Amino acid sequence: MSRVRLIFAVALWCAGALAASARPASAQELIADLSSHLIAITTMFTGGEVVLFGAAQGPGEVAAVVTGPRGPVTVRMKDRTAGLWVNRKNVTYPAAPGYYAVASSAPLEKLAPRSVLDRHGLGVTHMRLEPARALPPEQAKEFRAALIRNKARQGLYQTDVAQVQFLGGGLFRVNIRFPADVPTGLYTVEVFLVQDGEVTGAQTTPLTVTKSGFSAEVYEFAVGQPEMYGFAAVTLALAAGWLAGLAFRGA
Amino acid sequence: MQVYLPIAEMTVDVFVVLGMGGLVGFLSGLFGVGGGFLMTPMLIFIGVPPAVAVSTQANQLVAASLSGVLAHWRRDNVDVKLGLVMLAGGVLGTILGVWLFSLLRRMGQIDIAISLSYVFFLGFIGAAMLIEAARALLRKPLQASRGKLHRHIWVHGLPFKMRFPRSRLYVSALLPLGIGAFGGVLVAIMGIGGGFLLVPAMIYLLGMPTALVAGTSLFQIIFTTAFATLLQAITNQTVDAVLAVLLIVGGVLGAQGGAKVGVALRGEYARLLLGLLVVLVAARLAWDLVVPPADLYNLAVGVSVGGTE
Repeated sequence: MSRVRLIFAVALWCAGALAASARPASAQELIADLSSHLIAITTMFTGGEVVLFGAAQGPGEVAAVVTGPRGPVTVRMKDRTAGLWVNRKNVTYPAAPGYYAVASSAPLEKLAPRSVLDRHGLGVTHMRLEPARALPPEQAKEFRAALIRNKARQGLYQTDVAQVQFLGGGLFRVNIRFPADVPTGLYTVEVFLVQDGEVTGAQTTPLTVTKSGFSAEVYEFAVGQPEMYGFAAVTLALAAGWLAGLAFRGA
Repeated sequence: MQVYLPIAEMTVDVFVVLGMGGLVGFLSGLFGVGGGFLMTPMLIFIGVPPAVAVSTQANQLVAASLSGVLAHWRRDNVDVKLGLVMLAGGVLGTILGVWLFSLLRRMGQIDIAISLSYVFFLGFIGAAMLIEAARALLRKPLQASRGKLHRHIWVHGLPFKMRFPRSRLYVSALLPLGIGAFGGVLVAIMGIGGGFLLVPAMIYLLGMPTALVAGTSLFQIIFTTAFATLLQAITNQTVDAVLAVLLIVGGVLGAQGGAKVGVALRGEYARLLLGLLVVLVAARLAWDLVVPPADLYNLAVGVSVGGTE
């Protein structure tokens, strides 16, 4: 993400915001956008960064939640069986986010009461995460914590709250980082304006993470035409093996 | 240099993967084994999902075993008829193995199944190799075991006898069929060619001439690994061609170096070193099964497992 492009985008937006503020009747409390709505995973992809920026009118704090595509995740607990550590209990979460990050201009506990944080999934301990079947509270707590811990270790759930910075005049920005093995799909970025513990404004903007270029072609080939892909993989290996065999002969 | 693997859905360092391919290729050139038993655990160690590691490894072995068999072919050290009978068994075994693989995956027990098969087979074969090589080094070759040209054991009582002129054998077709089937299951579940198990089985159970064993087992491994690659690509979509190409390139370069060193290394020492290596891998995997894990919980993404208490 080029910095120049970002500055340009912010400047452009500022101009727009000034024009908008000239008409108080249509003034919005909160406007936000991303420096890019697309993260392209190319062959050389090593992770990406997107800048969330915008402006909030009047006093208050700004918080944002980035949620990756939801899908089933099974948490398995190992237990000792005949001296070996074997997966025993498991709990499936049918709609666990593939990615989660939260940003705020104030510490979450000072931002709003628990009920508000829970309602908007603000903070990793407050995000919506329902198991497929009802669990005893103690177990539910353990498995939920385990899911978050494992995802955090892979860098897919960010347990630290990113700092939303105010640049003056209600303008704010925050960088959101994505690791190299970020899942593909449609992400949502929810931005909230919080005043005195109440959400007074909200905006949602989409973000797409997609494979692009060569890696996208390979993936689509593998999933779209698995028979042809299998044949191609075997043929490639046979050709390579044959060539290597010829090289050996020379040696 | 980082590269994104489209099927494994992760970024790896090209040189790390090339290096791994090179190391395993070096060992396979040195000892004349495929080296899958080392590669799959290493791939899993750098974070490749086990299912992708196993399937991609099968793809890489197609190239490795073809380049290996060419040398044996030129010296006429391949028993094609016996290889084809083993192959028929191998195809059945691979189908069974791929089915077993997806069953265990659904049950959430694929990791332990892979680990346990590794510990069991590697531990057993590695220990046997160590003992045999140590014996050979300590004293002169055993005269007694070579006394008889043909020893009668239970396997010679099996029906459907068949003649294999190249190997000068007259044995039940069920025997090579069974050995091949066993190899096929291992290809699917462990992602290995199974050479380290096929070779002793062909020597001790079939009584094949040693010179023909490596070429014939490689000959049939080409087909079982190709078949396994195809089946995994179709049923599980877990073959990562980009990863396979990197492993093949590294493996080809490494094998060349290994073969050169192998010429200078005495057979008993080579077997002793290989046995030691195999036992070490088994011990490392056994250690992971016995020692309490750092995190008792782990995740399976995209898999819905039936609730168990």
